[in-house]
Amino acid sequence: MKKYFGVRGSFRKKVKAVDGVSLNIKRGETLGVVGESGCGKSTLGKTILRLLDPTSGKVIFESRDVTKVKGGALREYWRNAQMVFQDPHTSLDPRMTIASTLLEPIRQFKIDVGDEEEFLVKQMEVVGLGREHLYRYPHELSGGQKQRVAILRAIITRPKFIVLDEPTSSLDVSVQAQILELLKDLQKKFNLTYLFISHDIAVVKYMSNRMAVMYLGKVVELGPADTVFESPQHPYTQFLLAAVPVPDPNITRSRKKMLIQGEPPSPINPPPGCRFHPRCPHAMDICKRSEPPLAMIGNSHCVYCWLYAKK
Amino acid sequence: MSEAFSLGENEVLRVVDLEVRFYTYAGVVHAVSGVSFYVKEGEAVALVGETGCGKTVTTRAITRLIESPGRIERGMVLFRRRNKKVVDLLKISDEELREIRGNEIAYVFQDPTSALDPLYTIGFHIHETVTAHKSKISRKETLKYAVELLRKVLIPSPEVRVKNYPHEMSGGMRQRSVIAISLSNMPKLLIADEPTTNLDVTIQAQILDLVRRLQGEFKMGIILITHNLGIVAETANRVYVMYAGKVVEEGLVDQVFYNPQHPYTRLLLRSVPNPLRRIEKLESIPGVVPSLINPPKGCRFHPRCPFATGKCIVEDPPGFDIEKDHKTFCWLLEKR
Repeated sequence: MKKYFGVRGSFRKKVKAVDGVSLNIKRGETLGVVGESGCGKSTLGKTILRLLDPTSGKVIFESRDVTKVKGGALREYWRNAQMVFQDPHTSLDPRMTIASTLLEPIRQFKIDVGDEEEFLVKQMEVVGLGREHLYRYPHELSGGQKQRVAILRAIITRPKFIVLDEPTSSLDVSVQAQILELLKDLQKKFNLTYLFISHDIAVVKYMSNRMAVMYLGKVVELGPADTVFESPQHPYTQFLLAAVPVPDPNITRSRKKMLIQGEPPSPINPPPGCRFHPRCPHAMDICKRSEPPLAMIGNSHCVYCWLYAKK
Repeated sequence: MSEAFSLGENEVLRVVDLEVRFYTYAGVVHAVSGVSFYVKEGEAVALVGETGCGKTVTTRAITRLIESPGRIERGMVLFRRRNKKVVDLLKISDEELREIRGNEIAYVFQDPTSALDPLYTIGFHIHETVTAHKSKISRKETLKYAVELLRKVLIPSPEVRVKNYPHEMSGGMRQRSVIAISLSNMPKLLIADEPTTNLDVTIQAQILDLVRRLQGEFKMGIILITHNLGIVAETANRVYVMYAGKVVEEGLVDQVFYNPQHPYTRLLLRSVPNPLRRIEKLESIPGVVPSLINPPKGCRFHPRCPFATGKCIVEDPPGFDIEKDHKTFCWLLEKR
C-alpha cells in the first residue's frame, strides 16, 4: 500500500508517507508497529481504516477488498474496524457527556441495545468505570479515565479489529500500566485483533505477538516481537533498540553504545535505493542504487536489507 | 528539621525545606511541601515522578521563577557562585539573581520550539546570552564562540547552522541548539526539564550521551527532571522520587533501582515495561494522584498504599535512613 500526500505549492513533490507496505494481520493477534517520527506508522493505521484513502494498493479485511468501498459497505467495515487515538483530550468531544459519546456509534450503526442507560452502565463496568461517570464531561475525568472511555467507544460495537495509535503515550507511567492490562483483558474477552502503533518500543514489545519496524515509509523488519527484539537483523532496528533507555542501571552501564549518525531524511525526497543507506554503517554500492528485497531469517522473521539478500 | 543549613564542600546547590503554594480560585494548591535535596559538582541528580508530583515547580522555584498565584512560602536554596560565595537564592536581590540566571544556572526545557525566538538566528541567541552577562564582547567573537558551541553539541556544519533560524532546523537540532545556548556561559548548574520527551528515541540517545559528556567536561551539576525511569538509569548518579509534592525516597541510582523501599517506588518500578525481561503482567497503582488542594492528612500516599497503617493516615512520616546515601519517608521503615 502506498499513501502519498501532496505538498502545498508544488505539483510534483509528494510526501511519501507510506511507500509500499505489505502486511498481514492474523485474527486474534497483536501486530505492533514501531518507528520514529515521519516513518509513516500513524498514516499506515489511518489508511488501513480508510480514515485516509490510499494512493495505491489494497486493504483486504476478512477476504473482502475494502479499499474503495463506499456507503453501506464502508459503514459495515467501520462497524468491525475501529480506532483508539493517542490523545483522549482531543479525541473526546468536550461538549458531549460520556453517555452521548458512547451512544454515538450505537446510533450510527443502528444497534438495538434495549434500555440505553442500563446498557451503558454494563459497558462501563467492562472498562472499570461506573454509573457516576456517565453524565460527566471529559474535562471532569482524569487522563486514564478518558482513555478508558475512548477504548470503550471503540469496542462498544463489538468490532473485530482495532487500530491503537499511541494509546498510552500521553498517560503517566502507572496509568499506562492499567490501560495496557485492560487492553490485554479486552482482547482475550472479545477475541480482538490489534494493530498497536507506538514509538515506545518497550510497550510494543510487551503488547505484541509480532512486531514491524518502519523507516521512512517502509517496513524494514518484521517478525515475532521477542525475536526481533532479541536478535534484530536490520541495521536500523539495531540502532533503534540500542537507543531505548532501559530502567536497569547495570544493563545500561554495560551496554555497548550504538549511536546513529545524522538526522532522518525528509519523506518528500527519500534517498534512492535503500532508504536507510545514508546513515547505515554497512552500506554497500547496491544499497545506494536499488531497494532491498525481502529476505527470510527463519520462517517467520523477515528483513528488507541487501546484507541478507540471497545472491 | 535537622537538615544541613550550609553548603557542603563539593556541593553546588542545596534546597532545604522548600514550600510552594498556589492560591487559586479553587483553593490553595500545596504543590511543593517541604522538599529538600542537594546537587554536587559534576553529578547528575534526577527528580522522578508522575504528573503533579511537584518536580517542575520545585526547579522553577530554585531561581524564583514562580509567578502569582504561586508563592514560595518558605525554604532555603543555597548556591555556591563562581566566585565561591554562598548565597540563598530565595533571599538575594533581584539584580543578583539576574546575574545568576542564564549565566551560572541555566535551564533546558521540554519544548525547544518555545525556548527559541523564531525571529532570531541561533547565533544571535548565543550572542544575546553571552552579552547579557559579559558586556565587552564583539559580535565577531561571539559568532566564533557560537560555532564552537554548536560543534560541541554535535551539530554538523555549525558554521552554516549558526545562521539558521529555528524553523530551519529539526526538533533534535533545535534541542541541541537550546543546550548550546544554555551552556554559553558555562553554568555551574544545568536544570533540564524533560529535555528529550518530545524527541525520537535515537535522537534522545544522542542528546543524553551529549549531556553526559558535557557534564564531565564542564564539571556541571545537573538536575534532570523526568518521568522516564530508563533515562534515569542511564544518566543519573542519584535519584529523588517525588509524589504529591514531597520526596518519598532518595538514594544512589543503584540503591533506588535495586533496593527500593518506599511502596510507591516499588510499584512505579514494576509498572514500567523493561524490554529486556519477560514480564507476565505490569503492576499498576490503583487509584489516582490526590488533589493537592486538600492533600490527604498523614502520608500523602496512604490512600493508595497497600501497606498503610493507622499511623500513616494521621502522621506524615519523616525520613528514615536505610543505608548510606539512601533514605525513605515511610513509617514502614521505623522499626529498623
